[in-house]
Amino acid sequence: MNYFLRKAGFYLVALWAALTLNFMIPRLMPGNPVDVLLAKLQQRGGQVDANTRRSYELLLGGGTDDPILSQYANYLTNLAKGDLGIAVSVFPTPVSEVIGGALPWTIMLVGIATLLSFILGVGLGAIVGWKPGTWLDSLVPATTLLAAVPYFWLALILVFIISSTLQLLPAMGGYDVVLNPGWNADFILSAIRYGTLPALTIVISSIGGWLLGMRNMMVSTLSEDYILTAHAKGLKNSRILTRYAARNAGLPSIAGFAISLGFVVSGSIITEQVFSYPGIGSKLLQAVQNSDYALMQGIFLVITLAVLGANFLVDMLYGIIDPRTRARS
Amino acid sequence: MTNLTPTTEPTVADNSAGLVESRRETGAKPRGGLRQLLPTMTPALVIGFSIVTAITLFGIFGPMFVQDPSTVRNIGMTPPSGDHVLGTTQTGQDVLAQLAYATRGSLQIGLIVGVLATLLSAFFGILGAYLGGFADEAFSLFSNVMLVIPGLPLVIVISGFVPQEQRGLWTIAVVLAITGWAASARVLRAQTLSLRNRDYVAAARVAGERSWRVIAVEILPNLLPVIASQFVFAVIFAILSEAGLAFLGLGASNSTTLGTMLFYAQNGFALQLKAWWWFVPPGLIIALFGCGLSLINFSIDEIINPKLRNVRAHAKLTRARGKAAK
Repeated sequence: MNYFLRKAGFYLVALWAALTLNFMIPRLMPGNPVDVLLAKLQQRGGQVDANTRRSYELLLGGGTDDPILSQYANYLTNLAKGDLGIAVSVFPTPVSEVIGGALPWTIMLVGIATLLSFILGVGLGAIVGWKPGTWLDSLVPATTLLAAVPYFWLALILVFIISSTLQLLPAMGGYDVVLNPGWNADFILSAIRYGTLPALTIVISSIGGWLLGMRNMMVSTLSEDYILTAHAKGLKNSRILTRYAARNAGLPSIAGFAISLGFVVSGSIITEQVFSYPGIGSKLLQAVQNSDYALMQGIFLVITLAVLGANFLVDMLYGIIDPRTRARS
Repeated sequence: MTNLTPTTEPTVADNSAGLVESRRETGAKPRGGLRQLLPTMTPALVIGFSIVTAITLFGIFGPMFVQDPSTVRNIGMTPPSGDHVLGTTQTGQDVLAQLAYATRGSLQIGLIVGVLATLLSAFFGILGAYLGGFADEAFSLFSNVMLVIPGLPLVIVISGFVPQEQRGLWTIAVVLAITGWAASARVLRAQTLSLRNRDYVAAARVAGERSWRVIAVEILPNLLPVIASQFVFAVIFAILSEAGLAFLGLGASNSTTLGTMLFYAQNGFALQLKAWWWFVPPGLIIALFGCGLSLINFSIDEIINPKLRNVRAHAKLTRARGKAAK
């Protein structure tokens, strides 16, 4: 079967699985959102009777007597219309609006940080792998320490050193609150200033994986015949490194991009929490803390869609740049 | 997602001549028999093993020797001193005592999730690949789908739906295992696929051995190093994820882990008050433990993939020649 068709098919199945999982979770879990919210209401001294209960059930979209299949059909129809329900924690804002406000922050932060760490890691890995067995190479085990460091702990340490002690960069938030969000120079500069530390956290903790993978591929690529030929032709070392070795050794790194993306997104959720960054991760936690189930599910769905979409793009790109993948399938 | 293994032509890794040559030049003897199955004693393995052993011993025996971790004293946020080796928390609790109990909790969750995730991945990876046909397609599709669905958001959402009082150690462990087995299953599947077509496996099948016996006796022993390495990965994954969850306040309600400590440290304004002795040690233990396990894994990888041994020999040779040239 055609490589591209097969990939598209796989991601359709994955998409369906994610949607269904999202539908199943609240129905399989022991807790009942309505009970949790009613208990909270009672704690605050509210009156709870059958009517309150009914209104909560209607608000949350649960508690219907419809058969599960028609609930599922309803759920899919609503999704197709982009209707994710109402976020009760910021009533009456629709979930899609809350997500829309937070998403650009996370996409910018995670996107730029991932790209930076990919380029830096692959670049350094190529240089280290170019000369295996030198002193540079002995630095490689140090990257395993970086990979094992919990994202959020690294974030805490960075905040402690750079913000609390040296007072170089702000530790909290996404921009200076006195400014008006918009496309003006002041605001953008402030956003960059506030985003530096979170981005640094992501770059430092994800760079090791890229470096190691690229270095190992580089070492095996260097013994290829075409490298020998290039040397024999008298090409400059820099040209062999960039045009002959790194180009081929980099392919698995691009394929590995897919898997690592999931980890980066997960890591950045906790990182956002440390920095109170106004992104999707902080919103997810607020939703959990406020028992805002519709918002939780909506955010999970958006994150999953983003990761699936990015993976799909990378897979397609891989099929274009490496013809061998197409030939094999 | 299916093209992780690159197509490569024979490389330095396939060239075992380098290994022989390096042995000749450095004077190392080839190893034979059962010793081939044991990792080579590299500095990395020794360091990794020492770190892991030290932390494990601290987690097992530490709690017996330290003070009560929850005793509240009126000496909040005191820096390390003779009485409190790692200082105290905001409420005057001994940090070292908390660290010992938290390490135990984290190791516990790592072990449970490691075992559960390994079992799951062995089931889906080995069985699917061995049976082949539709079962393989289905299992493989299932693991690939589980792999692309981001794990932590899923765990957070599930933890959000489970009420606090039901969110025990085992609930968290099961949730983490469910989100963490897929990558291992893929690795095991690839290995099993290459094993199931070997002659001795075919012979066992022709001889009328039952499927479970072929898997358990002929295939499983050959997969042991792979399973060991995947188990180590699962433990790292579990400790890191649980720490993340606990740090967000979504951890197990009946156990204290290193993540819980960091949660309290952040909420107790340890950062603003510069109480480094409170938040540095827990993260350091996680990082060191994970690093130690990765170092052990590098050595296991060399057993699984003898090509890596050739790479190391090649590097050694380059180094030796470099020295000789000087």
